[in-house]
Amino acid sequence: MNSIVLWTVVILSSLGLVLAVVLYLVARRFKVEEDPRIDRVEAVMPGANCGGCGYAGCRAFAEAAVKDTTLDGHYCPVGGTPVMKQVADILGYELKEQAPMIAVVRCNGSCEARPKVNEYDGAKSCRVVSALYAGETLCQYGCVGCGDCVSACPFGAISMDAGTGLPVVDERKCTACGSCVKACPKGVIELRAKGPRGMRVYVSCISRDKGAVARKACQSACIGCGKCRKVCAAEAIRIEDNLSYIDFTKCRLCKKCVAECPTGAIHAVNFPVLKKKEAEGE
Amino acid sequence: MNKLSFSIGGVHPDDCKISRNCSIEELPLPGVMHVSMAQHLGAPATPVVAVGDRVRTGQVIGEPAGFISAFVHSPASGTVKSIGPGKDLSGRMVTHIDIAVEGDEWAEGIDRSSTLVTEIPEDRTFILERIRANGVVGLGGATFPTHVKLNPAPGSKAECLIINGAECEPYLTSDFRVLVERTREVVVGATIMRRALGDCRTVIAVEENKPEAIMSLRAAMGELHMEGLEIAVLRKKYPQGGEKQLIDAVMHRQVKSGGLPISVGAVVQNVSTALAVYEAVQKNRPLISNVLTVTGDCLPVERQHNYLFRIGMPLSYIAEYAGGVPEGAAKIVSGGPMMGRAVSEMEASTVKGSSSLLYLSEKATRRAPESNCIRCGRCASACPMGLEPFLLVRLAKAGDAAGLEAASVQDCIECGCCLYSCPAAVPLLDHIRPAKGQVMGIIRARAAAAKAADDKK
Repeated sequence: MNSIVLWTVVILSSLGLVLAVVLYLVARRFKVEEDPRIDRVEAVMPGANCGGCGYAGCRAFAEAAVKDTTLDGHYCPVGGTPVMKQVADILGYELKEQAPMIAVVRCNGSCEARPKVNEYDGAKSCRVVSALYAGETLCQYGCVGCGDCVSACPFGAISMDAGTGLPVVDERKCTACGSCVKACPKGVIELRAKGPRGMRVYVSCISRDKGAVARKACQSACIGCGKCRKVCAAEAIRIEDNLSYIDFTKCRLCKKCVAECPTGAIHAVNFPVLKKKEAEGE
Repeated sequence: MNKLSFSIGGVHPDDCKISRNCSIEELPLPGVMHVSMAQHLGAPATPVVAVGDRVRTGQVIGEPAGFISAFVHSPASGTVKSIGPGKDLSGRMVTHIDIAVEGDEWAEGIDRSSTLVTEIPEDRTFILERIRANGVVGLGGATFPTHVKLNPAPGSKAECLIINGAECEPYLTSDFRVLVERTREVVVGATIMRRALGDCRTVIAVEENKPEAIMSLRAAMGELHMEGLEIAVLRKKYPQGGEKQLIDAVMHRQVKSGGLPISVGAVVQNVSTALAVYEAVQKNRPLISNVLTVTGDCLPVERQHNYLFRIGMPLSYIAEYAGGVPEGAAKIVSGGPMMGRAVSEMEASTVKGSSSLLYLSEKATRRAPESNCIRCGRCASACPMGLEPFLLVRLAKAGDAAGLEAASVQDCIECGCCLYSCPAAVPLLDHIRPAKGQVMGIIRARAAAAKAADDKK
């Protein structure tokens, strides 16, 4: 009895020992030389593997960044400047500052402003709806409302507002990875500069219909009247195909266009409430 | 008699041919015609008239903008009111020509008499040119330009022409009425197409639920002594009228994945196309009218009709003329209940391929709430193309384009058998359709890149 136990232990231990030596030798023989910086870069990455940088994941980004000689074209939108600074330190490259971005929903066609003219009964997917027809409302450009962006967001930053039927981006969670931009078949979501203290001005409409048609479909549509362009001192606004677009690299956040817009299609968010109003409130 | 059928898949929906006894009535002209430039498969036609021009019925108003494209003719005489984007029945913008109708003055050279011309032109080029110039497209659903189909690429030869009178979609009776009322014209049209294809074997295929059509076809063929025509009686089964299914049923040959019917020597044309070919070749009459069924489960029988409409009549006008939208209609469909498209824009106009205005009740159209796929495999056994719809949907949701292509999503004919048979009410086809579009796009882009690389060499 004792000898059986003894022999088992001896044979298995020696087998383990021999195989360990073999494995060690093989590992030495076939060792892949890898730049140690890749591991270090990967360690500082957020590890979300969202693909927002354009690579398959954080490891792929690290490999690409190490292989290249500059950081141009390599930017992690999730980690932003702090992470990129660490990456630049590890690699010894120069870092160009990039303004933080955020996903912006450019449709304001709430259930109230954009009445439904038919009812969709098929698969609940924006992709399916937009492949089938123009949609439940008279606007063929705006948000379909089936929530493809919600399921695409790896950070849980988008939710559907039951009241308006439109997606809402949680500014604290959004990392501007761009997953929602790719998921939206209508191109409603755009990555825009987050702006100082989150303040930004944008046109919340992408309808290219003529003014009368757009207005009939949705009360808060951009009708391409051009009033905003006239008041803009920074020349940040251009009108193409009956649609106004504010270039966020030029916009000075003066908000003149917001007051001018007859349909309320231009939105200004995160601006502090005016002092005058506060005084009135008191 | 030995009834023919395709070999795999298929479903048996109730055929609901309620309007089968309504003879074809001609619709009067409305005040304004709204003619779409995208009435065929391929590139939309280019308008060749200007605002303010006087046009006559049958005059060319749109010219083909590519090899796979077709002429569009004016459906009425009057003045061109506007040219610009207008909504089609799914609400998308398509170029339309609006014509303010003033009378019905026809262009010269069109024979409008009802005398039957049975003498078939000998010259093949003449036949094809007449068909092309008169804007004839396949009226079975795909609206593929007919002259392209009747002119196989060099190296391939047509062995059998199949005239498709299956009309396997429930409710629709327009092809059936054409077969019963215009039998002789259909037979002559079929013989013309047979001549264009080099006198091949020609089979007129009709489903067994249309005995009147089969009888009148027999009578007409006996009367006209047209050579080389046969009648095939098909079993009632959906989608018997699908191109590849019909070839399987009649010729017992299977078209390979990605192949065209001509690769197995087959050409399939619809009966209404045969009628349009007859009118184009023998009467020089352009394709500006077609037959449409106004039907549905919530429409009283006395209000069901088969109308001869002119292209460009707004759907709302036809609905109005037929007594308005009936009470209880929850969904309006253009085409059959299996493959047709829901109409989201009633102001949209009829096109060459319009086949019905179908009113479906809440009960008939409301989908059951979706539950989970239990992998019972009913969709796979119902699929007439031998695909696995449940797998395709999983791949489509995962966005796996390579997997979808390997699973042959591009072979889907969008017949809807999978959706019809699913006990869990999973909207299978809804997910497969855009995935198919995506994969077809990838295949086309690859072919174009390969061609460009070849040209470079």
